[in-house]
Amino acid sequence: MLELEGVNRTVGGERHIVDVSLKLERGSVNVLLGPTLAGKTSLMRLMAGLDEPTSGKIVMDGRDVTGVPVRKRNVAMVYQQFINYPTLSVFENIASPLRLQKQPKSVIEDKVKKAAELMKLSGFLDRTPLELSGGQQQRTALARALVKGAELVLLDEPLANLDYKLREELREELPKIFAETGAIFVYATTEPHEALLLGGRTATLSQGRVTQFGETPDVYRRPKDLLTARTFSDPPLNVLKVEKRGLSFHGAHGVHFAAAPRHRELADGRYLAGIRPHHLERGRAEGEDETRAVIEGRIALSEVTGSETFIHADHGHGPGGETAASPATIRDEEGVNRIIALVHGVHRVETGEPVRLAFDPNHVLLFTETGMAADRSAGTAAPIAA
Amino acid sequence: MSEATFDHTGSRAAPDARQAEHDRLPASGRSASAMRARERARNPRFKAKALIPILYILFLLLPIYWLVNMSFKTNQEILSGFSLIPAEPTLRNYQVIFGDPSWYMGYVNSIIYVVLNMVISVSVALPAAYAFSRYRFLGDKHLFFWLLTNRMAPPAVFALPFFQLYSAFGLIDTHIAVALAHCLFNVPLAVWILEGFMSGVPKEIDETAYIDGYSFPKFFFKIFMPLIASGIGVAAFFCFMFSWVELLIARTLTVTEAKPIAAIMTRTVSASGLDWGVLAAAGALTIVPGAIVIWFVRNYIAKGFALGRV
Repeated sequence: MLELEGVNRTVGGERHIVDVSLKLERGSVNVLLGPTLAGKTSLMRLMAGLDEPTSGKIVMDGRDVTGVPVRKRNVAMVYQQFINYPTLSVFENIASPLRLQKQPKSVIEDKVKKAAELMKLSGFLDRTPLELSGGQQQRTALARALVKGAELVLLDEPLANLDYKLREELREELPKIFAETGAIFVYATTEPHEALLLGGRTATLSQGRVTQFGETPDVYRRPKDLLTARTFSDPPLNVLKVEKRGLSFHGAHGVHFAAAPRHRELADGRYLAGIRPHHLERGRAEGEDETRAVIEGRIALSEVTGSETFIHADHGHGPGGETAASPATIRDEEGVNRIIALVHGVHRVETGEPVRLAFDPNHVLLFTETGMAADRSAGTAAPIAA
Repeated sequence: MSEATFDHTGSRAAPDARQAEHDRLPASGRSASAMRARERARNPRFKAKALIPILYILFLLLPIYWLVNMSFKTNQEILSGFSLIPAEPTLRNYQVIFGDPSWYMGYVNSIIYVVLNMVISVSVALPAAYAFSRYRFLGDKHLFFWLLTNRMAPPAVFALPFFQLYSAFGLIDTHIAVALAHCLFNVPLAVWILEGFMSGVPKEIDETAYIDGYSFPKFFFKIFMPLIASGIGVAAFFCFMFSWVELLIARTLTVTEAKPIAAIMTRTVSASGLDWGVLAAAGALTIVPGAIVIWFVRNYIAKGFALGRV
């Protein structure tokens, strides 16, 4: 088990890692999720021992390893860039940690062959890494991390620079392959759906802080705060300012929806409503479905990506923007709000066309004005739809 | 004269290849300009623009040619008149050099201190360059620039202090004295070149090696040095180039035992006049080692001149 206790790292007055405490179990898959510069790589470097924390402790299986150099720890790491030893053959690249462990020749040969087979590199063992394609180079690096039999395997966006098909393939296989070794598996990514596919536990990072750490679906469904919800949403989370009045919520430009059962108990007042883009649908005629809420807007941009369409709509330009239902306090400060919807199917829409985007109030994530989840206690019925 | 009139007058009289092709061509390809263009493509004609580099190269090679030419002539012929090729080619001049230890030992001395200097400079510069490329420390950028300023002073400035210093240590007239003195100029240059090459190697390779369990020395020799082998070659070449042609310090610090070839060449001046032929032969021979060394690093020299930063 790897424990980080109140770890901080400050470089030149800049706080790269702020007060991070994590417990990673053996044989578990752990995802570090966050945008670039959130501190994923910094955190991994601390875990590996490449950098020393400014303050805090790193404990491995009850042994304090803070400040122990990486050479003396049993870790493996794969970088986003394809890092191999260019002057050595692929075989020697994979064998290098084993050679340094002074393992017998036959064992080395055996292990390298096995790892090469898993990573589909069997035919390339005599080449040098630079004679391989990018995907093969990265698989060489992964094979090297695999043969080592490390207690802690750190993968820093290992698939980011690979082509789509290879990425899909490896993403499925990697956790399985490494789980068999019984190592603590840490995987950094910027993509929320990659975290969902990997499963396990997810730590969301934002500006050097871990905003939430827990079972991946749980973090996704019940984010502790707005920051976590934003991190764990791609395309970006839509956030509306709303005011609760009795059993319904009212937002700017005529948005209103009934409170979901889990929200009914909340006190009246102002909240932030987070709506995931894929929970929005193109609404049809008005009043078709009473339980669904509607946001009206004008299309600013639409992108078709194969079977799905991104619709960017400017909310606030729509017809019926001035409705008696919108509370005066919110309407005054709210300008044009850009809403992004991810809808199934190919939708050919013209820019400037009015659009009605509908959502189920049950899917709404509700936060207080300070950004904390308003409904932590109650579970939501929202299914995971990646 | 148009193409048509040419056809009428010349078609029967000159049934050559050009005419045959003319007949095979479609009408559109029979114009005078099209014919001329084809002619040019088939038989690349000399372009006036090419004359400029050719003249330039000839101009550069002329003194070298003259030196080699002279080295095969007798003194009498050299002094008697102008000839592009030796009238009576002779190897006497080379025989003088290779037959006399006091002559050829000049080459041996030069090579010894040049090689010593190359080895010292590169082996000192390697760790320094690694530090500059991988670590940030107080004043690193200033120190790095200051290194290069050492090269900006003329060697003559250092001749006297070096002489005084090496006399005090009893190092005068040894190969190591010259090799060490040249380090003042060569180490900074080698550091700059090697730092450029090293910075081209991603830092993650170092880290991957440490994660794999390499100790620093093992990583440096087994992984890192092969990666910058061309840089080491180029740095050594630049050290060679400076040390081989440097005359002033080498002469100041030596008497007889470690005298460089350039100093020995002054022996050709005697009471009976100048031995032109031997001087030319000695000069021609000094070009040879440089040419050999250049051959090995020819593909990397451009990068070396940019201090490894291309």
